[in-house]
Amino acid sequence: IGEPVPPQRVEIHKLRQGENLILGFSIGGGIDQDPSQNPFSEDKTDKGIYVTRVSEGGPAEIAGLQIGDKIMQVNGWDMTMVTHDQARKRLTKRSEEVVRLLVTRQSLQKAVQQSMLS
Amino acid sequence: MDTESTYSGYSYYSSHSKKSHRPGERTRERHKSPRNKDGRGSEKSVTIQAPTGEPLLANDSARTEEVQDDNWGETTTAITGTSEHSISQEDIARISKDMEDSVGLDCKRYLGLTVASFLGLLVFLTPVAFILLPPILWREELEPCGTICEGLFISVSFKLLILLIGTWALFFRKQRADVPRVFVFRALLLVLIFLFVVSYWLFYGVRILDSRDRNYQGIVQYAVSLVDALLFIHYLAIILLELRQLQPMFTLQVVRSTDGESRFYSLGHLSIQRAALVVLENYYKDFTIYNPNLLTASKFRAAKHMAGLKVYNVDGPSNNATGQSRAMIAAAARRRDSSHNELYYEEAEHERRVKKRRARLVVAVEEAFLHIQRLQAEEQQKAPGEVMEPREAAQAIFPSMARALQRYLRATRQQHFHSMESILQHLACCITNGMTPKAFLERYLSAGPTLQYDKERWLSTQWRLISDEAVTNGLRDGIVFVLKCLDFSLVVNVKKIPFIVLSEEFIDPKSHKFVLRLQSETSV
Repeated sequence: IGEPVPPQRVEIHKLRQGENLILGFSIGGGIDQDPSQNPFSEDKTDKGIYVTRVSEGGPAEIAGLQIGDKIMQVNGWDMTMVTHDQARKRLTKRSEEVVRLLVTRQSLQKAVQQSMLS
Repeated sequence: MDTESTYSGYSYYSSHSKKSHRPGERTRERHKSPRNKDGRGSEKSVTIQAPTGEPLLANDSARTEEVQDDNWGETTTAITGTSEHSISQEDIARISKDMEDSVGLDCKRYLGLTVASFLGLLVFLTPVAFILLPPILWREELEPCGTICEGLFISVSFKLLILLIGTWALFFRKQRADVPRVFVFRALLLVLIFLFVVSYWLFYGVRILDSRDRNYQGIVQYAVSLVDALLFIHYLAIILLELRQLQPMFTLQVVRSTDGESRFYSLGHLSIQRAALVVLENYYKDFTIYNPNLLTASKFRAAKHMAGLKVYNVDGPSNNATGQSRAMIAAAARRRDSSHNELYYEEAEHERRVKKRRARLVVAVEEAFLHIQRLQAEEQQKAPGEVMEPREAAQAIFPSMARALQRYLRATRQQHFHSMESILQHLACCITNGMTPKAFLERYLSAGPTLQYDKERWLSTQWRLISDEAVTNGLRDGIVFVLKCLDFSLVVNVKKIPFIVLSEEFIDPKSHKFVLRLQSETSV
């Protein structure tokens, strides 16, 4: 099963694409969403923000973010009890070029299993 | 109870003297009645019926009975010569048993009726006798009693009238069946009434007649109390005989032994024989008619499958029968043959053929019905020459559909259920009542319940109840009894309706609230 992995700090440098700054991943979850449909969470009542997709070659992948990670903090802001839209806003602030995330992920084997099942 | 009797010297044609009473019995082999439009009416050929297995007898009985319709007295000598050696033992036993049964049960039925009527008469005359005897015997010593007695006379007469009507309604109904044993509750009630009336007479005889009691009002009140008590006994009779059985407590599953058709009936607390009666009454209207022609195929199939195997005993003359049969069964199971294939293709082919003939039949009937038009009342005077009665109209359009109908009936093996006469009658009835072609055809497209057909097709109305418990016992969960008639049997399985625990739950109509749950994914 493997030992539990401690929370990781991931620093993503946003990439400028035209007018937008993109990070290169997708999020799911939030306190206004249905937690039972989250394929990555271990506890199906967990309403946190999860990484559902990481685009290839994007800034998130380069920084080491993985699919299924749960985002705990973004630049110091808590992400465990926010709505989906609030999470999106905190990640896409135009004034910030670098975001520092605190993420947790399940043990390696479970993460592999989950990504294979979903 | 039924007695097992063997052939003990009744000659074959003397048993036919009973034929006039029971036309239903002997017509079991009557697939060849002359009214059958197939033309098999007068043919002497044999129909092989696997269940009965007596083709020769069928041949003889058809011939003898048709001759017998005209003048059996002259032909008896011709009958005995050929029929004696072709009767099987089973058939003889059946014929003689039928005769004996009918005699025995008639006596029992009339005995019960006479006892009941005698008792009824006694019961009705008793209060009248109580009231009338004192004035007749010792009028001078009797105290006069005015309005009170007259009031009591009126009440006695009306109560007796009510009792009379109630007894007539409850007890004197036409008996609809012969049952093997006496009804327990009825017998108990008769005994109760008898004891009751006897005790009243005893008291009356000792205290009133002997001592010549002079208080006439007391005597009349005594008679009134008797009538009141009789009314209460009548109430008890209603409860025991009628009301107690109304609440359903058991469900009976009735399965026919030949083709597995089954039905379910709900009954209350009845004795086994009464439950059997209910089952039989419903049998005639719920079960499709028994058709022996549909059963012959499966036995032949199975026989063919096992036919090619022979057992050779290599180790010497040991007579191990069970070992041999087990070996045969095992070999037949392992044997790889294609009988299932044959069955599948045969059934598919049969279905196709039936459907095709049915399509032809429907078209023919629809076309035939198009030609008939109902005349309105005003038009009836206009063309008197061509106006037809329903029967004539039926005969006019029948030939156009006769062939298609006959072929369809042959394909579904129902041809012996419908004679040309019955079809014409049905057609006339449908025309009279303005039925559509489809309504006319429904009767022939599929087999209906036994009641739908002529009485001669009903085959048997004599049934035997086979049960390992006494037939006057009440129904219980798990009882199995069998109702056997000549051609098949009905296996009845009794199951108790389970005790249902019903509880209530209140849901506030305002508590139905809903929320939308999403799972969105946003790219950042």
